[in-house]
Amino acid sequence: MTAGAIGREIDGRSWLVGLLRAREIGIVLLIAIVVIVTSVHNSHFLTANSVQQLLSGAAIVALLGVGETLVLVTRNVDLSVGSVLGLSAYVVGDLFKHEHIPVWSGFVIGIAVGMVCGAVNGLIVTALRVPSLVVTLGMLYVVRGVDSKIVNGNRIDPDAIPNSFTAVGYKNILGVPWLAVIVAIVVVVVGFVMRSMRSSRELYAIGSNPDAAALAGIPIGRRVFSAFVVSGGLAGLGGALFLALHAQIDNSGGTGYELTVVAAAVVGGVAIFGGSGSVVGAALGALLLNTVSQALVASRVSSFWNDAIAGGLLLCAIAFDRWLSLRVTRSLLSAERSTA
Amino acid sequence: MTSDVVARPAPARSSGNGSSGNGVAHRLRSVLRWEAGLVVVLAAVLIYGSGESSTFLTGTTLFNLGYNVGYIAIMAMPMTFIVMTGEIDLSVASMLGLSGSMVGYLWHHGWGIWPAMLVAIVVGVVGGALNGFLVVRVGLPSIAVTIGSLTLYRGIAEILLGSQTIPAPNDRPFPTWFDNLGALGVAGSQLTWSTLFFLVFAVIFGVILHLTSLGRSLYAIGLQPEAAQFTGIRVARIKFWLYVASGVFCAFAGILLTAQNASVTYNAGTGLELNVVAMVLFGGVSIFGGRGTIPGVVLSIAIFATLQIALTDQNVDPNVQNIITGLLLLISVIVPNGGEALRRLRSRLRRPPRRR
Amino acid sequence: MADVAAPRLELEQAVKHFGAVHALDDGSITLRAGEAHALLGENGAGKSTLVKILGGVYRPDAGVLRIDGEATDFSGPAASRDAGVSIIFQEPSLFPDLSVAENIFMGRQPLAAGRRIDRRRMEREAHSIFDSLGVHIDPARPARGLSVADQQLVEIAKALSLNARVLVMDEPTAALTNVEVQRLFDVIVTLRERGAAVLFISHRLEEVFACCQRVTIMRDGRFVRTAPIEDVTIDDIIRSMVGRDLETLFPKSETTPKDVVLEVEGLSSVGVFDDISFTVRRGEIVALAGLVGAGRTEVARAIFGIDRYGAGSVRVGGRELPNGRPKAAMAAGVALVPEDRRQQGLVMDMSIDQNVALASLSRLSALGLIRHSSERRLATTWAEKLQVKYGRMRNTVSTLSGGNQQKVVLGKWLAREPQLLIIDEPTRGIDVGTKAEVHRLLDGLVAGGMAVLMISSELPEVLGMADRVIVLREGRVTAQLARAEATEDAVMRAATGQVAAA
Repeated sequence: MTAGAIGREIDGRSWLVGLLRAREIGIVLLIAIVVIVTSVHNSHFLTANSVQQLLSGAAIVALLGVGETLVLVTRNVDLSVGSVLGLSAYVVGDLFKHEHIPVWSGFVIGIAVGMVCGAVNGLIVTALRVPSLVVTLGMLYVVRGVDSKIVNGNRIDPDAIPNSFTAVGYKNILGVPWLAVIVAIVVVVVGFVMRSMRSSRELYAIGSNPDAAALAGIPIGRRVFSAFVVSGGLAGLGGALFLALHAQIDNSGGTGYELTVVAAAVVGGVAIFGGSGSVVGAALGALLLNTVSQALVASRVSSFWNDAIAGGLLLCAIAFDRWLSLRVTRSLLSAERSTA
Repeated sequence: MTSDVVARPAPARSSGNGSSGNGVAHRLRSVLRWEAGLVVVLAAVLIYGSGESSTFLTGTTLFNLGYNVGYIAIMAMPMTFIVMTGEIDLSVASMLGLSGSMVGYLWHHGWGIWPAMLVAIVVGVVGGALNGFLVVRVGLPSIAVTIGSLTLYRGIAEILLGSQTIPAPNDRPFPTWFDNLGALGVAGSQLTWSTLFFLVFAVIFGVILHLTSLGRSLYAIGLQPEAAQFTGIRVARIKFWLYVASGVFCAFAGILLTAQNASVTYNAGTGLELNVVAMVLFGGVSIFGGRGTIPGVVLSIAIFATLQIALTDQNVDPNVQNIITGLLLLISVIVPNGGEALRRLRSRLRRPPRRR
Repeated sequence: MADVAAPRLELEQAVKHFGAVHALDDGSITLRAGEAHALLGENGAGKSTLVKILGGVYRPDAGVLRIDGEATDFSGPAASRDAGVSIIFQEPSLFPDLSVAENIFMGRQPLAAGRRIDRRRMEREAHSIFDSLGVHIDPARPARGLSVADQQLVEIAKALSLNARVLVMDEPTAALTNVEVQRLFDVIVTLRERGAAVLFISHRLEEVFACCQRVTIMRDGRFVRTAPIEDVTIDDIIRSMVGRDLETLFPKSETTPKDVVLEVEGLSSVGVFDDISFTVRRGEIVALAGLVGAGRTEVARAIFGIDRYGAGSVRVGGRELPNGRPKAAMAAGVALVPEDRRQQGLVMDMSIDQNVALASLSRLSALGLIRHSSERRLATTWAEKLQVKYGRMRNTVSTLSGGNQQKVVLGKWLAREPQLLIIDEPTRGIDVGTKAEVHRLLDGLVAGGMAVLMISSELPEVLGMADRVIVLREGRVTAQLARAEATEDAVMRAATGQVAAA
């Protein structure tokens, strides 16, 4: 083992890291391209106001995307996030209206509501070994129904919500929307934890090879349960932020969010079968999807194209992922063969 | 559907010399047990419904059943086959909407109803083929692909119709026979056309699944795709055509829905994919593939449909109905797994006897 | 090298029953520090059960387990690991998306300040473990795409990072090339020098003699004997393993091969095999021999159409088979009994009769509808012919023993009355008694005019059963030997690429 060989070993690391970074960088590039191309057609697109809109519009989906990433990484899926968001938003709004709770507790309660829903999901998935697709699908219905029952046709109006709460929805700090800042902080913190904490690395292990994870003694049930609780909690926080942003809520809040969130995560590089992907990627994916849809508006393309493009993007993202992983495997295999 | 972590049912333990018979006497019984359970539930719902309302067991109810659920039930048939092979198709409701939107769009532009319907079916073929191609040829996970196509197809529907309702104020109304297809029963009876079609399809699908080698192949593909391939079963081809079939049937359902409503908007049927999945899973079809029956799915559909009517008759909140749908779905997967979980809990509580 | 202190691990008279199945009736073994100890026995001798007991996966119904002289009891795999026992299974299971270093240290990653994972240190430590083993794998690369040999090394590194003092290697060389086997042997020497005890399970006697100091032989779930390697010969070992002489295992009648059934010409698949040409006639058994990884199974799959090949042709009965269409091969009278019974040969959750009928459904159908009575009749006929021991036809095949499962697979294919039967590892994982039955069956088939292409990694089986032996090495045909010329020596040389002496 010569020094030169060792040197080559350690350099070998950089291409791996490069590969991992590639996805996130690719998305940033795509966002940049979309922004630039659009602002050529419409110079208003690049104004401070418009950029702020981009950030706050994507913020909530990005936040939910972070939680969804944790779940996806373990080879599960959480389809109830939209309903949980709606429920939590309404509960918080209702409490503001009738109980006049302090502003900070609005956030806490939102998170708590979400965590409870997440815990139910997690419990059924881990203790009863029910596939998460089905559990969260069922929960989507149940939570939506419960939410509608509670809402009962009412609506919380802006006057019921304290200004300091809604301020979070539209105020900026140093030119950046508070919404985006809060979400960015969450992304950074969770991202750090996902990369550098033992228990979160186990999440990746579980999704990468569940049998090996069991053999290795990883407490799969506990970890997956936590992933669902976090996903629920972040959805709950999203609900509070949704309320702050829109300053009103009825029973349709959050409907349909789940698919956008999953799409954002997948576009952002989170593997649908688990084992890889980053929360930063998911957040960037949300930003990309929102940027594309805003770009369409700015380009005077009818908003009716939104869904079609989002769907197309998602399909391209997963096809690209597959192509990429095939290429990586092939190149690693041939590298093996040449050195064998 | 590749198993989610934690959710794979515990495999039958088999050491090199084979385990003691925990085999299929048990499994056969559990299959029949599920269908028998569904029959009981259906009977319970019927009793509940007729108990609360004297008009429950009448023809009108039958008509309403067909009206509310017939077109959804049609989509559940190919979905059953797809789930049995271990895949899923979440784009069904969007294809429903897209096909209806296509009919509306063409009608709006002066086309005849028959050509418009034909094109809608072709759209179903193309959409299904796209799904099939991505899942089978490219090898992408079906859940991700069909979430993408769900969004894509809905999006195309939106592009076609925008915010219009067809027939728009300036349009010709749909032909009377077309509207009657949805509004009236077959030959003046209380059996809707959608129910009739559904029953015919159910018989065909049932015969295929339970009596033909294609049906046996579906079970094999769901249980052990590699072994199926080694027996000469053309797994890829079958899966591809199942997706095409799903596209066609959903397109057909979309036409029926348009006829039923005598109008169409781009968001027709939004969210219904979940209903379809719930119906199929509650019918005893395993999300992992390889298990389930058509009679089970038919019973499940009957339960959902009659429950909906019974609850609506009682003026029960549609939201509560949502909750119930969700709970039924959860029950349909918890019950089979619950037994396992209980067993595991029991064995963990009972310490193994001390060795000498 | 054996030290006078208490042996690292001692298992005394372990018993493990699964209902009526006696997997182990007397599992005994003593592992000493610094020693590589081979555990030999036929499939079904109880080796894997014993290994699972050592690994804490099973708890013995009776018997004593001692670690460093102290009696212990493993409550589970974690306890076994904590006691310093590491099992390297035949199929390494790593996390493909994670780096090699993380695979080694999962759950125990070295931490920096603030409980943060210290990646640099993790990779450095992984490096030093690889260095101490004398191998060369980049700790930062993802585990995906590693060769089986490298995956094993990662597992060994994992074991070392856990301070394993007993390493159990279950059939480690099954999927390795020559070079990799040699590398593994060097690693084993290093492990021994570090004071570990190595338990080496293998079917390859030449390897056992090359790297082990002691041998323990098991048969039918019982300990038979143990001895230092110098004190035994290959014949001794075989006799202890088998309990009888080799010849009676392989009843081979004389047959005169007739017309050609299978013609393979120039078959090639990039990176897998190259320019494979051979024929198989009616009435003969042709064996494809070679080490694991030589490409034999791949050739069989290509012939049958499971995999597409790049160049060349396959003709059956004079007509060329389309590339990559199993259905066409089946229609031409080809049958393939695959290597992996559980994943490829059977649908484990389907009943016995459904499995037997699975390849014959069109024949059993009238107007497209399967006649269940015909299905049942077919299944019972073949179960009888092959003497399958089963409870009820409608039980799932998972309730059958390995040998009976193999018979079901055979029944499935023989029900089609093929002209050419390709059978991949006919007796793997089967008890000795059923093995003889299978061999008798094959013999009977060719006597009746079938052509059989057999792939086997068990040299005695190849030598005993084949009329002709075709040896593959790294994707190429290196020898075609007639029965008379096919000696162990000749086959092994062709398989390992050694030039024949003189």
